[in-house]
Amino acid sequence: MNVLVVDDEKDMETLFQQRFRKEIRDHQIDFFFANSGEEALYYLEKHNHKAVLILSDINMPGMSGLQLLKLIKEKFENPPPIVMMITAYGDDENYKQAISLGADDFLTKPIDFTLLKEKLNTKIHGKDISS
Amino acid sequence: MSIEPFIAFYAIRKLQKNLRNFSPDEKWDKVLTLALYGIGALFFFDIFTPFDKVTDWIWHVLILSIIYVAYRFPVFANLRTLIIAILPLVIVSLVSDFLEDFFHSVYLKIDTILDFSLIAAVILMFVLLIQSNKQTKALQKERQKAKEQEERRIFIAAQNEQLEIIVAERTSEITRQKDELEHAITELKATQAQLIHSEKMASLGELTAGIAHEIQNPLNFVNNFSEINYELIEEMKSELSAGNAEEAVSIAENIKENEQKIIHHGKRADAIVKGMLQHSRSSSGQKEPTDINALADEYLRLSYHGLRAKDKSFNSKMETCFDETLDKINVVPQDVGRAFLNLFTNAFYAVSERKKIENNGYMPNVIVSTKKLPGKVQIKVRDNGLGIPEKALDKIFQPFFTTKPSGQGTGLGLSLSFEIITQGHGGEMKVDTKEGEFAEFVIELPAQNISN
Repeated sequence: MNVLVVDDEKDMETLFQQRFRKEIRDHQIDFFFANSGEEALYYLEKHNHKAVLILSDINMPGMSGLQLLKLIKEKFENPPPIVMMITAYGDDENYKQAISLGADDFLTKPIDFTLLKEKLNTKIHGKDISS
Repeated sequence: MSIEPFIAFYAIRKLQKNLRNFSPDEKWDKVLTLALYGIGALFFFDIFTPFDKVTDWIWHVLILSIIYVAYRFPVFANLRTLIIAILPLVIVSLVSDFLEDFFHSVYLKIDTILDFSLIAAVILMFVLLIQSNKQTKALQKERQKAKEQEERRIFIAAQNEQLEIIVAERTSEITRQKDELEHAITELKATQAQLIHSEKMASLGELTAGIAHEIQNPLNFVNNFSEINYELIEEMKSELSAGNAEEAVSIAENIKENEQKIIHHGKRADAIVKGMLQHSRSSSGQKEPTDINALADEYLRLSYHGLRAKDKSFNSKMETCFDETLDKINVVPQDVGRAFLNLFTNAFYAVSERKKIENNGYMPNVIVSTKKLPGKVQIKVRDNGLGIPEKALDKIFQPFFTTKPSGQGTGLGLSLSFEIITQGHGGEMKVDTKEGEFAEFVIELPAQNISN
């Protein structure tokens, strides 16, 4: 499964690579990284992969995670990618807005990687079952 | 009938007048008045009785007495000329009468000479009297003048005294006003210090949320990489015990990389906290070598996240274009940081306000750039926000001027920034703007050579 991580913090890339080193090594999950909403859109347009899961931060300079979410939901309908939003703790406003824009799932910062792994595993297995 | 009664009358009047004018004396005055009555009585007696010979001699005695009195008493000292004037006439008249009465034959022989002498004596008397009169008048005038001068002196003295009082009053009033002004200045200074403090605290409040966000991110990294390292060390141990040295080395390499990340993010959080402390602390006023790029970057992030924390819908692109060849320059970092923070906050405010008006296709953008110039460092803060209206342009650096709705801005931000840059650091601060399009603030700080 391809997962696109969108975050303006560059070290997120290293962190994910380390956290999921086993999954990467076993080619269960392939990670791609974008440092901004704009970069993420560019990536999505170039590589219209199947079964893409997008994990996006909301708080980013330039295009925000919510704008990105809205655009993804408008542009990429077939197949609709799964978009998981990372919200700051206690940020109800963004949470509600993300739901109304069609976010599929949520994670709160700081990211609980154990929980994320579980979620990704269910997604992988869910996909496996359906296909 | 002869001239004697008139001379006597005239002389007494003169004596009396002189006495009254120059040295009033009641006793003498009475005596003289009595003498006048006496002369009057004698005069009538002389006219209406036939004893001419007797009265003539009484007149002679009277006039001689007057001359004696005038000579004898110093109160009449200034009437000597009068006496001298009448003396020849008196003598001639006396001699003439004497001869007429006792040596009639001699008298008849020389009566022409006596008559001439009498006329000459009368003329002499008149001349002397006129002169005496003139002298008396001059003397009187002088007296009058002296009197007037004395009066003037008294008047001036009185006026002086009054002036002294007025001056004293004015002086005390001025002193009181000076004290009041000094007091007002002291109060103003205190108020100013308080305003600066509250402005600082207000911007600190804006920063708090930004700071929390900015600390949260590095802390997350520190936690995450530490956890990973913990796992990796376990893995490395099992690889080592399995004898896979090569794998263990590769894991160690990962641990080392992660450790570097931990150090990096730890320092980042540290710098933010230090920055916050610096901002809240009263400025020490100490200039120290400062990396302007790092300072600008730090405050840019704080300002951005501060605004985001207040307004979740706020968003803006921010670009930095730092001149990496910039040397450290001597500034008071908290002060310059505050000036930067103000410009950044204003820039973000301007773009967010424009965003509220133009929703379609407008991309808020704030660009911060630094540049090394000969002898100075230039910092530009450009935003594509609402810009500044021309009529506000010459007021933006004035204290208390704000275009923000009441309660949202103190109007001190830019004026304080301006003061920090120009007065505090001998730099310049300029603005270029087009209403509805952009605003660009340019700061130039003098760069000294720092030997270290």
